[in-house]
Parts: sequence; structure tokens; C-alpha cells
Amino acid sequence: MVTVYIDEKPYQVEADQSMLDACLSLGMDLPYFCWHPAMKSVGACRQCAVKQFRDENDKKGKIVMACMTPAAEGTRISIKDPEAGEFRARVIEWLMLNHPHDCPVCDEGGECHLQDMTVMTGHNYRRSRYKKRTYKNQYLGPFVNHEMNRCIQCYRCVRFYNDYAGGRDFGVFAAHDHVYFGRHEDGVLESEFSGNLVEVCPTGVFTDRVLKKHYTRKWDLQTAPSICVHCSLGCNIIAGERYGRLRRVINRYNSEVNGYFICDRGRYGFEFVNSDTRLREPFTIPRPGNKQIKILEEGEALPHLKTVLARAKGIIGIGSPRASLEANYLLHKLAGPENFYAGFSGMESSLVQEIISIISKGPVRVSSLREAAMADCVLVLGEDVPNTAPMLGLALRQSVMQKPMEKVINELKIPKWNDQAVREAIQEQRGPLFIAAPTGGRLDGIAASAIHAAPDDIARLGFQVARILSPHAPPVEGAITEDAAHFAERAAKELKEAKRPLIISGAGAGSLAVLQAAANIAWALWEENRETALFLVAPECNSIGLGLMGGRSLDNAVKAVKDGKADTVIILENDIFDRLDFPEAEALVRARHVLAMDHLPTHTTSRADTVLPVSAFAEGGGTLINSEGRAQRFFKVYVPSERIEESWRWLRDLLVDLGRPGSEALFSLDEVTAAMAREFPVLKKAAEAAPPADFRIEGMKVPRQPHRYSGRTANKADVNVHEPKPYEDTDSPLSFSMEGYEGRPPSPLIPRFWAPGWNSVQSLNKFQSEVGGPLKGGPPGIRLIEPVDAKKGEISFFKDLPGPFAPRKNDFFDFFIVPLFHIFGSERLSAMSPSIGELVPAPYIALNPMDAETKKLPEGAEARLEFAAASFRLPVKLDPSLPRGVAGFPIGLPGLHGVVLPAWGRIALPGAENKTYENRDAGA
Amino acid sequence: MSKPENEQKPLTGNFRADGQPLSLAEYEKTGGYEALRKALQSMSPKEVMEEVKASNLRGRGGAGFPTGQKWSFVPSGEGNPGPKYVVANADEMEPGTFKDRILMENSPHMLIEGMALAAYATGAQEAYIFLRGEYVRSGKALERALGEAYEKNYMGKNIFGQKTAFNLEMRIHMSAGRYMCGEETGLLNSLEGKRAIPRAKPPYPQVTGFLGKPTVVNNVETLCNVPHIIRNGAAWFKGLSRSQDGGTKIYGVSGRVKRPGAWELPMGATIREIFEGHAGGMQDGYKFRGLIPGGASTEFLIEEHLDLPMDFDSLQKAGSRMGTGTMIILDDRTCPVGMQISLQSFFARESCGWCTPCREGLPWIVKTLNSIEDGSGEMEDIDLLLEQARLLAPGHTFCALAPGAAEPLSSGVRYFREDYERHVKERRCPWGNF
Amino acid sequence: MLSDQERAELEKGLAHYEKKKTGCIEALRMVQKFRGWISDECLKDIAQYLDMTPDELDNTATFYSAIYRRPVGRHVISICDSVSCYTVGYRDLLKHISGRLRIKPGETTDDGRFTLLPAACLGVCENAPAIMIDEDVHTGLEPPEKVDPILERYK
Ligand SMILES: Cc1cc2nc3c(=O)[nH]c(=O)nc-3n(C[C@H](O)[C@H](O)[C@H](O)COP(=O)(O)O)c2cc1C
Ligand code: SF4
Ligand code: FES
Repeated sequence: MVTVYIDEKPYQVEADQSMLDACLSLGMDLPYFCWHPAMKSVGACRQCAVKQFRDENDKKGKIVMACMTPAAEGTRISIKDPEAGEFRARVIEWLMLNHPHDCPVCDEGGECHLQDMTVMTGHNYRRSRYKKRTYKNQYLGPFVNHEMNRCIQCYRCVRFYNDYAGGRDFGVFAAHDHVYFGRHEDGVLESEFSGNLVEVCPTGVFTDRVLKKHYTRKWDLQTAPSICVHCSLGCNIIAGERYGRLRRVINRYNSEVNGYFICDRGRYGFEFVNSDTRLREPFTIPRPGNKQIKILEEGEALPHLKTVLARAKGIIGIGSPRASLEANYLLHKLAGPENFYAGFSGMESSLVQEIISIISKGPVRVSSLREAAMADCVLVLGEDVPNTAPMLGLALRQSVMQKPMEKVINELKIPKWNDQAVREAIQEQRGPLFIAAPTGGRLDGIAASAIHAAPDDIARLGFQVARILSPHAPPVEGAITEDAAHFAERAAKELKEAKRPLIISGAGAGSLAVLQAAANIAWALWEENRETALFLVAPECNSIGLGLMGGRSLDNAVKAVKDGKADTVIILENDIFDRLDFPEAEALVRARHVLAMDHLPTHTTSRADTVLPVSAFAEGGGTLINSEGRAQRFFKVYVPSERIEESWRWLRDLLVDLGRPGSEALFSLDEVTAAMAREFPVLKKAAEAAPPADFRIEGMKVPRQPHRYSGRTANKADVNVHEPKPYEDTDSPLSFSMEGYEGRPPSPLIPRFWAPGWNSVQSLNKFQSEVGGPLKGGPPGIRLIEPVDAKKGEISFFKDLPGPFAPRKNDFFDFFIVPLFHIFGSERLSAMSPSIGELVPAPYIALNPMDAETKKLPEGAEARLEFAAASFRLPVKLDPSLPRGVAGFPIGLPGLHGVVLPAWGRIALPGAENKTYENRDAGA
Repeated sequence: MSKPENEQKPLTGNFRADGQPLSLAEYEKTGGYEALRKALQSMSPKEVMEEVKASNLRGRGGAGFPTGQKWSFVPSGEGNPGPKYVVANADEMEPGTFKDRILMENSPHMLIEGMALAAYATGAQEAYIFLRGEYVRSGKALERALGEAYEKNYMGKNIFGQKTAFNLEMRIHMSAGRYMCGEETGLLNSLEGKRAIPRAKPPYPQVTGFLGKPTVVNNVETLCNVPHIIRNGAAWFKGLSRSQDGGTKIYGVSGRVKRPGAWELPMGATIREIFEGHAGGMQDGYKFRGLIPGGASTEFLIEEHLDLPMDFDSLQKAGSRMGTGTMIILDDRTCPVGMQISLQSFFARESCGWCTPCREGLPWIVKTLNSIEDGSGEMEDIDLLLEQARLLAPGHTFCALAPGAAEPLSSGVRYFREDYERHVKERRCPWGNF
Repeated sequence: MLSDQERAELEKGLAHYEKKKTGCIEALRMVQKFRGWISDECLKDIAQYLDMTPDELDNTATFYSAIYRRPVGRHVISICDSVSCYTVGYRDLLKHISGRLRIKPGETTDDGRFTLLPAACLGVCENAPAIMIDEDVHTGLEPPEKVDPILERYK
């Protein structure tokens, strides 16, 4: 801590920051543009000018940029100084010379940092009488709209897109007052973080193209804190609704999770909620034969189900890793513990259980994403991070800066906030990142070394690293390639030297051995370094939560139905055709009664006899547990239309109708959570993820609608001219109205960031304990899983090592087919969003070129891919990074399901038909 | 006190009369490479640096920073093995400036030797000549000279034999054109293949320069002085000067004078001596109105300043700067507003676009000047110009480009305000430019 | 596609850089020598050669005034519009050249012979006013008619 003087008052502030950080952390208003809390200072815009004085006798002072001035002991500045104030107003005037002043038609209007800063500096009169400069705009893809005339050249976009997120297809062109920010030619932005440009840009150059389709001002959005459901990282988001449709998703700051950014899947995946194909009413399809759909009218659904369930000869419940804890819990309750099956395939189930066991029974802590970004050496084992856990990928892009940055800070004494200087000193140096994965990935380019191998070989490589690090880890028997041995040596050496090493793996490779190898490495490191961290990527947004609840896998459910132990199946928010081999899934849906609950039609709902429409994330509330083991609450953004209900509420109603004891006491979400906590002690703290529904501030709820919300009385005038009573929310301390507490609520309840004079996302500064630090009151969510302590030498390392991978030459199934992931496509819900849909690739089968040659399959040729239980016709894509004997199957792409991967398969020219099960809608 | 011609004019005294570059042999005949030999064989790098410090050589690139001191910021010793770099700033794009070109075209080896000495003193093993793209002749002269130097092992591995163990690789980088490439940190970015935007200082290039490594950037003329200092000693060098600063200076004059050109004179020669004595005063039919003393980015001076000595401190005291020491004369038949437009258009066009005041302020200034010139200006516009010039002060902008533009602007308006006002009142250019 | 000759020149010219992209400005200049200007196609080829993306290379290329990203005529006339030339007849010279070739600065003659570009000080202020045609500097062009026989030399 140092003492600095701001307008003659002393303040205690942290030393390793700039004076702009210090002023903003102290809650002062000082305008800025080029500075960004995550990307720090470059001093380009000159907006944060203040007067600096040498000492108390210096009355003259000189103008400096606060963002480029270190907060050193005794630093004296003045914000109020008239000359500094005038300069700041003049900077706005300069920026406004060419700004089109088109606020009324600009999408940024009302949440524009440029507007806010203009008001803040007091500049209000145009003196220039000359023409403004104009530019051509570019098409940048489905996510981001481009309007260059509004640009104020703060350079934030390039600094985010290129420097921070590693994009290489965007930049700044030309010079002087012609500088242009965009691409060298029109085209889809390649970075999976492109949507952040919308929030990073302080004005309306980059705006949300999806919001634009049904545009709404920020102040007209009804918003609530939510959690992204499109991968297992649980990024915090703010979702906004108007007129019954979800309009947009933006980042919700959580210092431990996503910080200032989210990925494009998270930002644009939400549109599935508005899909025309949404299931909106309960209905039945009487079976067999009769395809006539019968809508169950108001009051019919529950009695119908009650009859069905009452007559059932054995009910089984199939849970879902994308449904809330609460919904899964009530299904568990309805079916009974012995009849509850987690909605995982056998493979997934064992992977998720292994992840949970490693992080809860081992000594190494799971890192948060913030900590991952701070790691100074990272080994990724088997996981395609950019596609399965995109924001972890962004964290890794920061982690590789840590080691060189440390050197620069310590040896050259360049403060770390001096971003441009730090980057120039670092140049192309990157810290150690090691990647072993089945195929090449987008992070390979920044890795110290990347190696591609079959899952078993990746595991062996991992075991080898662990063995080098600790004599207690088991030795690797048998052959290991020279490349792999070299990789292992280097990785082990760097990991050992690191201060904060991080091991990343996950379920993506579909291999228990890979997970175990990762655990062994982390544990071996931990013996010497207690800062060692682990991050294991789970498959879906609540995989960990569901895993903690237990329940057997789907294979067992199929068996129960086949064995006649149950004839009625309740499937919660789950398409079992994505998780089972086709015949197995068929067997399951052939049960006498199948009740499917989901948002959208799926294979499963089409084979069910009763379907209940359930709310999507923005239409309901609940708790999810991310890969970090952090329980986080998401809140209802708006009340869904018609007959859509939250899953837990349907299930609760069923329990009540069936007269199950204690079910009447499950009136609210809090009560469900509390009951769950009693039954599952591991989930006990999940109930503390957010304040309870009866929480009030000064007797008030937190309003979902901003105080400027317009048209309250007229909004639904086409339905009823009387203003309807706001919907009562019994499940949360948030209200569906403009009335309520306007101040800063506890962090998990923040429905939007706004402060007087700060209408843009930049108002976040006012909610943080310090700029870039945690939200006041701490980061939202609560960690449920912490490691157990162990003694050196007492760790029980995994000892079951696989043998080396060997391509099967003479077998009928001669290829090992591994899943490939696409950020846009492999996750089903987001792929339903039209904007994301545009970027979903066409299905294919990936082969090593040499394998393809032996099979006489050139690039693009149609190949026949056969599994024991399904077959597909797919065009061949050559991928030299794939190991020989391994083929890649892009899971989740249209038509590509009904098979559990990895699995052995056969790839052949079409025509060489063989009698196998035909997947009806497979193939390209 | 009379000294032999080439001792009074160490930089230019040995030039060939026909304007062709001195060959290696010719250069050696007049003492060339003696300094490098002397340094490598009998001086430690530190001694070379100390000699330059003692000579009071100040940078000839415009800012006048003491050269020896600049070199001493390069981290030396065991813990700082390198790589390190020396870069000659041969970008010379400051309007009105042509002195470096003359040096390179006539005596390319002098620059090469100076750079070698700078490299030896700072421990650099690689050197770049950052040459203006338009200087094709200089480029050819330097290339030939460099070839000769390599051939004779005055460049490359083990210069002057095994014993010295001094290696130096030197290369020429032809710029692709931008004034900002002359700003030393913009230059480094450009040398790295990037946009020539300036870097934050600190850290200074001596610590993180080319490719993030310690780098000394010096002006061509600065470097050309070094061999002479090492050969003849600091005391001799100081003795050349009539001022505090050591050495001679190449002064130049352009505009409507009888004999525009450049002359090597003792540092501190007066403006009158240069302008009237060497350049012969105004051409017939033209009257003197003012001058910019040292390239486009210095303050106008007028009649009353003519007896000022052209050295760093004297001009600073008079509110101007010596800059590059090459003056531009404003005559009575040139419209002062038009001349200002030429100046400011240059700066506006060459702004790198990084910081707001420069990127936005300069084009506004140009538009305002244009409207004054074409008769559509208002009286407030004149004050606006002064205000903008005041706002473009050092420290307000990221680098010195825009403050450089402000210098001739504020002084130009101040000295020639009446002419500006006449434009507005008469709603036309009295010189008939519009 | 880069020609073999271009490639050979790039190989030689950039050999000393650890990362080829450090020499990207040299590379642009070398290729421009062969082609007169850098088309989008050509930019992509050079970028690929340098292990850069077209965007990365173009960020640099478009910054510099001597890298032509639009077609130019067979000869490029750079007319110095800086202060020394200004005071000794730049305006007349520009008017003369412009009138004679019937192009404004930034334009190319219909026959593709000349492109006229404004240029910053050419560093020959003692012999102002000056122009540069391709790699040749021509000075002392007052009165402006002096430029006529010079132009004739460039076909
Ligand atoms: C916009 C701008 C352009 C400059 N152009 C040149 C130049 O062309 N040549 C030069 O030597 N210095 C130029 N300088 C000064 C350099 O930044 C730097 O101070 C100089 O090269 C240092 O050399 P010296 O210490 O030998 O003078 C320029 C500075 C600025 C701000
Ligand atoms: S003053 Fe600013 S915009 Fe101008 S050249 Fe310097 S950094 Fe670039
Ligand atoms: S925020 Fe400080 S200069 Fe831009």
C-alpha cells in the first residue's frame, strides 16, 4: 500500500497499479476509453488526463495521463484541476469531430460509454463546421455488426481481439485520421470470442447483430442474472427479455469464473429459447400406431400423468446433466433412489464419477478460471479446450503470458499495467503450454509443444510425465515413441520449475486412463508444490451436479426396461439418442410409457407418448454446478408463455398429485433446494449459492426492470388494456417490475450493471471492490468441492495403465473413432440458434491422409462409416494431425448421433455394404 | 586561431568535389577507420563511452540529448549478454531537412564507422541503418561502402583480427515511408515489421528496443561525429564549438535565398552568419519575413532573432528549438497561411493515428487554415488555431509529433496574425492563392 | 503466386531474421518492385510466405505510404508538397504537372503511364522544388516547364 494524494486528500492504494485504476477503485469518476480493466493501459486516447504535481509546493503541475502514471508513494494528482478538466472536454470534442451523433438510431444508445463520458466531461457544443469522415462497413459474420463511422479509434477492439484473445484475422489498417478497424476483407470473424467486441467497444462500432434483429434498448430489457448452459464452465451471464422473447445475453462479471468476457457460444446460443419449434403445450401421442397428437388442455396433463404413473409397473427416472439440480432432485424423489438413473451413457457416467473422485478425494485443488489464467505452466491432456471449454481456452491464452511477464516485471521493472510496454518487451516469448490431444487445435499455435496421439497413448504420455516427476507414480511399461518421451521430459521439467503449474484434462477424450494420468501428474507435482492445480472439464453445464447426486448410467436403465423391471420412463431434459447406441435408445423408448420433458423436439420427444414443455434456462430458476465445483444460481428472466413450466415445478405438481408425503412442503425453489441439501449432504452448500427468496433490502425486492423501463402500462395492451398485475416470483428475491431496491444488490442477484452517469457495461467499476477485483460481497456462487489433505508418499496413484495404441489391421472394425468437438455444433441447444447455426460445419469424417490413401478415399469423397450399431455416409476430411488408425467423428453435428464414442468402427468406400443397423437420418 | 580545413570541418572537410561518395581507400586516406582501430585495439568499451560523454556531443536528431549519457543506459555487464542493437536513424523526413542525406551520399563510411564505435561502446553485435526509402542514392552509397567494409573485415566477425573479438553485422533497412518512422520508438516498431506507432517511454529503447532488446538509436549526424571524437579526443571536439555543446553542426538553409545549401560550421554560429553569410541572404525581389530554424517542427523566428547563436540552449531560451539545424525561410511573396497549411498538412498526414489530439486535432487545424486561406474563415478561427496549438503540448500527446506541429503553428499565428486577419477581413487570400 | 525470382529475392533478403515476419516491410517492397503495387492476391501470397495472416500483413502494409495497395501507373511521380518546396513554387509545379497530365494527385493517367502522388519532403530542400519519378529525384523545377523534358523520358 502507498499513500497518494488526489485533489489534496490522501488515500491508501495498492502500489502495482496506475493512477486511473486507483481513482476508479476509489469510486471516483474519471473518463477513459483506451484503458480497459482487463487489458490495462496504453495511453492512446488521452481522455484520462489529470494534473500531476511534483510535491505540495508545486502549484503549476503538468498534465499527465492517469492510466500511464504509476501509483507510487506520494503521487499527487488533481482530477478537478480546471486545465485538466478542459483538456478532457477537448479530447471528447476531438473524438466528436467525426462521430456521427446518430445516438437515436444507434444500437449502443443508452448504454454507450462515449455518451457517458461526453456527459461526464461536460462537452456539449460543436464548434467544427466541417464535413465528417465516412467509412465503408464490413460484413463480419452473424454475430457482430460493423458501423465504422462511429469509431473513436480507442484501439480497444484490436487489443482485445488480437492481443488478448489471439485473433489473427482482424486489425487496424491505414494511418492518421484514416485508421480503420476491421478485417482485410469482409468475412466471418474467426475468433470464438468475437462477440466481446460488442462490450469492449465503447461506442456503437461493434454491436450485437442478433439483438439488432429484434432491437430493444438496454433500459427496456427485463434482465436477470443467469448462468450459461452451453458448456461446463458456468460463465455468468445477464439475459434480457422484451415482449416475451429473449433478446440478448451479455457477460456478467464474476472474477473467479469468466471475468469480463464470454465466448460466442455463450453469447449467441440463447436463441434456441425463441425457436418456433419450441414445445409449448403438453401433448400425448397414443401408441402404437396412432400418430395423432392430442394436446392436453389446461388441467388435463397432470391427471393424465397421474393415471399413467398409477398404472405403471415400475417407473424409472432419467435425469439430465443440462437440467438444474432441483429438477434432477425431484425426479430422483419421484422415481426413488433405486430407480433414478443419471442421464449419462455408461462411458460418460464413469468419466464424470472419476472427475468427481479425483477432485474431491485427491489432494490437488481445482483451479478457477481466474487462477487458470494465472498459471505459469500448463499441460493439457486429451481435451480440445477451445471447443469443449472455450473460456478456459481464453484463460490459457493469458497463462502463456505469465512467465515472460514475470521476467519483464521483475527484471526490467516495467509495471504490469503498462500493457504495450510489457508486450513489446515480451515480443514472441510465451510461457510453457503443453498440449497432448487426439487432433490439432486452436491453441497449438501458442503451445511450447503439441503432440497428437490416440487416447491410450495420451494417457501413457501422461503417466510418463507423472513418473518422471515422482518415483511414487507407476512406471510406464512397453514402448513409448521418441516424440512422446521427449515431450514428457520437457513438460515434466517445465512443470517442476513452475510456481503455479496447472494440469488440464477432461471427459472430451472419452478415456478414463487419460483422466487418471492427469491426476497422477497433478498429484506427483503436488508432492513438491502445493500450488499445483487441476482443471477437469466436464461435458455439460450440470454434469458435476448430477454426478454428485449419483444414479446409475443409462445402460442400466435400458436393461431395466428390457428386463421388464419397469415399463414407464420419465426422461428429464435429455435426448437419450445422443447418449446411447441407436438400438439401446430404441429399446428404452419402446417402454410402455415414455414421458419426455424438454424445451425442443428431439428424437426422444418424438418417440415419447407424453411430452411436457419445460422452461429453458431463462424461463426458470435453479442451481448448476460447473467444472470448478462451483454451485451457481440462475434466475428466471421472464415468465414463459402459455403452458411452459419449469421441470421442477411439473415434477413437484406430480409428486403432490400422487400424494407423496412431504411434497406439499416443496412449494418454492428454496424448499426444494433445502430438501435436496438434507438428502444429499454433498450438495448442502448449494443452497447458499444465492440469497433466499425472502431476502429483502430495505424491505424491497430487486427489480428485474430498470427504472427507465418504458411502456409498462401499454406493453400488453393488445391483450388487455388494464395493466396486469406483475407476476409474483415466489422463488427469488427478484421482482418482475420496475419497483424495488435500486442500489447494489448482493453479487448473485445483480440483474444488470448500472450506476448514475454510467449506463454502459463500464458501470461494473462501481460494483467491484477494486477495479478488476471481485464484486463487492464476493464472487457469485459457492465452491462445493475442495481437495483432501494428504501426506507425501501416501497418495494412491492410479496404477492401471493402458498398453500402447495399436491400429487394428485385420479386424473388421479397423479404426478407432474418437469424438471431435466443434464450438458451434457439438452442443445441441446453442446449435439451434440461427446465428450459431450459420457456423455449424457440415458433417464429415476426419482421417489421416495416409489412412485415407490406403482406403482410396480422397478429400471430399463419400465414405461409409460403420459401427457395431449404426452406420453413416460422410464426406472425408483429411487431417494430418490425426494419428494413424484413428478417425475423428464430429459429434453433435446434424445427423451425427446414436453412437457412443470413442468406439471401434470401420471406414470403407460406400458400396461395400454390410448388414448393419441403418441409422435413418444419418449421413450428409 | 586557424586549423587545417578538414579539422575545422571534420564531417565534410574531406568530401570529394564531384559529390561522389568517398571510397574506402579515400576515406582511410583522410584518417578513416583510425578511430575504430584505436578503440578496438587500445580502448575498453567504457573508455569509448566516457570519451563521447566528455565531448559534450548532443544528439543531432532534434532533441539534443547527450549521446554518451544515452549510451550509458544500455545495461552492461555479466547479467546482460545481449543481443543488443545499434540503429542509425537515417529516416530524415522532417521537412526542410537534408543534412543526413549529404553525409551519407558523400561519406558513407563515416556513418558506418560511427555505428561500429557505438556498437563497441554499448556491446551491440548487430546494427541497422534505418534509411528513408526515397534516399536511393544514399542507399547505393551505403551499400557499396558496407560491401567494402565487409571485404576488408572492418565489418563482420573479429573486426581487425582475432584479438579484438569484436563482431558486428550491419544491415540497411529501407523505410516504406512515414515521418513517424523517424521517431525512435516508431522506428523500432517499423524495423520489427509493424506499424510505426510510438512506444511508451519508459521503458526506453536502451532497455527494451528492437525485438524487445537493448537498443541505441542515434541520428546519422550524431554518429558521424563519433569517429572524430575518438580519433582526436573530447577536448579537441569541444574546441570546435563556439558553445557549450561540442563539435560542429551541419546547418542548412532553404527557401528564397541566393545560395540555398548546407555548411558545416562551429556549433553556435549565429543565424545571420548562416543565412546572410553562407546562404547569401534573400534573392533579389524577395524580402525576409521569418524563418523556422531547424526543420518543420520548430518555432518561427523573425528579424529580431537573427543574431542568436544556433545551438540547443540559445534557441531554447528564445522559445524555439535548434531541431535539425536546417532553416526554412519565409519570404514576403509567400502567404504565411499557405506555408502554414503546407506544414500542418504534412503533420496531419503523417500522424500515426494512435493518440486523439494529434489524429483529430491536426486535421481540424488544416481544415481551419484552409478556410482562412480560401476566405471563408472567421476571426474565432484564429483563436481556435492558437487554442489547438496550446492543447497539443508535450505530454498531452503520446509522442512529440503533434507538439512539433504546434510549434510553427502558434508562433506562425503570433508573428503573422495580421496576415491571418487580412484573409478573414478581405475574404480572400491577399497573395492570390485562391 | 510468387514467382521464383521473387521467392529467391525474399529468401535472400530475409535470411537474417529469426522470424520472417520481422522483414515484412522489406518483403512488400521487394515484391512491389516486380509488380508496381501489392494486390490483395499478392498480399495473401506474401503473407503466407511470411507465416502471417493477410490481416496481419495488411495492418502493416496499409500504414506505409510507399506500399501501394492500389494499382499505379508505369511511373509514379511523387511531388514534394512540404514547406521548402512550397515556398519556392510547389503550387505552380503541381498545377503544371496536373494540367499537362490531366490528373489530380492520387490519380493515374488514362494510358496508365503516370500516377501522381503527393509526397513529404524529399530531402533535397536546397534544390527545391522537387519531384521524384520512380527512383529518380529531379530538382530545381522552377519555372515548372522544366519538368516537361523530364516527363518525356518516362514512357
Ligand atoms: C515525429 C518525429 C520524427 C523524427 N524524425 C527523426 C528523423 O527523421 N531522424 C532523426 O534522427 N531523428 C528523428 N526524430 C528524433 C528521434 O526520435 C530521436 O530523438 C533521435 O533519432 C535520437 O537521435 P540523437 O540522440 O542522435 O539525436 C524524430 C522525432 C519525432 C518525434
Ligand atoms: S502525437 Fe499521437 S497520433 Fe501523433 S504521431 Fe504521436 S502518438 Fe501518433
Ligand atoms: S484511458 Fe488513459 S489515455 Fe486512454
